[in-house]
Amino acid sequence: MSGRAKSRHRKVKTGFIIRTAAMLMLLGGLALLFIMPIALTITNSLMSQTEIAANYGKIFTSLTGDRTYVSDKVQLKLIPDIISFSQYLTAFVKTPDYLLKFWNSVILVVPIMVFQIIIALAAAYCFARFDSKLRSIIFFSYIILMLMPYQVTLVPNYIVAGWFNIRDTRWSIILPGIFSPFAVFILARFMRRIPSSVYEAAKLDGCGEWQIFTKICIPLCRGVIYSVAILVFIDYWNMVEQPLVLLGDDALHPLSVFLSKINASDAGVAFAVAAVYMIPPLLVFLYSEDYLIEGVAYSGSIKG
Amino acid sequence: MKTITKVEAGERRKTFIFLIPSLLGVLLFFILPFLVVIRYSMIDNPVQGNFVFLKNFISLIQNNAFRRAMMNSLTFSVIAVPLAVVLSLMLAVLLSGNLPFRTQLRTVFISPLMVPVASVVLIWQVIFHYNGVFNDFLALFGVTAIDWLKSDYSMFVTVTLYLWKNLGYNMILFMAALAAIPKEILEVAELDGCGSVGRFFRIKLRYLSSSILFVSILSLINSFKVFREVYLLTGDYPYDSLYMLQHFMNNTFRSLDYQKLSSAAIIICIIMIIIIGVLFVIDRRFGEDIEE
Repeated sequence: MSGRAKSRHRKVKTGFIIRTAAMLMLLGGLALLFIMPIALTITNSLMSQTEIAANYGKIFTSLTGDRTYVSDKVQLKLIPDIISFSQYLTAFVKTPDYLLKFWNSVILVVPIMVFQIIIALAAAYCFARFDSKLRSIIFFSYIILMLMPYQVTLVPNYIVAGWFNIRDTRWSIILPGIFSPFAVFILARFMRRIPSSVYEAAKLDGCGEWQIFTKICIPLCRGVIYSVAILVFIDYWNMVEQPLVLLGDDALHPLSVFLSKINASDAGVAFAVAAVYMIPPLLVFLYSEDYLIEGVAYSGSIKG
Repeated sequence: MKTITKVEAGERRKTFIFLIPSLLGVLLFFILPFLVVIRYSMIDNPVQGNFVFLKNFISLIQNNAFRRAMMNSLTFSVIAVPLAVVLSLMLAVLLSGNLPFRTQLRTVFISPLMVPVASVVLIWQVIFHYNGVFNDFLALFGVTAIDWLKSDYSMFVTVTLYLWKNLGYNMILFMAALAAIPKEILEVAELDGCGSVGRFFRIKLRYLSSSILFVSILSLINSFKVFREVYLLTGDYPYDSLYMLQHFMNNTFRSLDYQKLSSAAIIICIIMIIIIGVLFVIDRRFGEDIEE
């Protein structure tokens, strides 16, 4: 290589490095902003009540009204002065209310997740096994239903809850949740990729449809079932609209709604409860990010 | 065309049994009550049931609270959805290259998706309160303090929170679509001297058109969920510019005005169908020459 070519090569290379470094700085800064709220919630839950009061007095006094804090400047601190678990102790040992609300979330989300997937597996199998005009019409109406916002679907839900006399009970959220077409949509898209020769081979071996479904189809879907479960879980774990409309009784409210009501009275405890509430989905995420990404990617198009 | 024998047709029909539980549930919990909603929207009250056709819709459209809620929600969507699509596409393109740490960056950008809104509202309050951190930061540049959640600037806050939560999901969708573009085409274009910008606009964007459609629809639906942030931050009666459609619905549920509820649900349903239909038509025009 001649000297000139070498220096040009070097120039191109340094240009590339500078560009990459600039891009990394930009994205890194953005990433820092993205992760900050999560990190702050967790670290702030480890501060004592006095430290919270000192840091955020100016903000949360205006809400409580009855406390006066000394500090006149708001300090957003990442690292607590002293790590203390006192907020957790107050939140979950001394006042069972928060634990109860956490339980409300669990008992709403888990049945929806489990039964939505079971029913969706069967429905998706029907959509994926054969094509027909009727099937595609039904599938298309499922998609339309899936795209409707809560402002549309909550009114029918409210009316059904009246028919069955389940208003203000958990069933009014669980039952419509179970039949939500979201899981059907993703599972059907996955099942359509299973080549029909797999089914035909099983049939030649003497399998009935039920056996093909349980012995061939479901095992092949194991990964995507996991992905769908994660997506359904995070969606309902974050529910706000349904409990506000369908559960008049505050005692049944999940933490996703109730948390906003403790902000005002007790900021320190609220940080601890908030941190605990985001731990389950974050753990799921850290252990199964690939499944989540796969699930999202499968939800990726309304066509085909 | 393949002809289907009688035996085969019977077998096909048998698989409908698998659909029955789901179909019954959907009919019972969504379709039938929705028919009732349509009926309610056109009668004067549930007891007497006199047919009034469009009267409920007209009085709803004349209702100030509904108009404000509709305007606020639509304004929000019009600002937030294009931003969500463009920014997430940019992130996806950057992270699809061979940048170091890109998997770690991807993880960070997705993580807000997992976090329940209720868990982070405390931090949002600390940041966007009148005495909050963001105003302190702006003060360094001589900007006078703004009460973000109680001013006409509140849209800035809601759009920020929405982007924070939704960019990750969109980004994954775009990354999956980018990975599916045939490599040969990009390589040929590169050999022909097409730069990275040209490759993006002339090739990748064409292949992404159906993903852009889907991400737009998804972002639109999720933009209606920004109610969660608004409600958890400001409660039932927020500042005027933050009064969303769901606030209106909640208040109407409280007064149990079935006519208003039903006609509102139907108007929103029609608007959604129109928007989605338009997006579909645009997509068909734009991506018609690309086989999938």
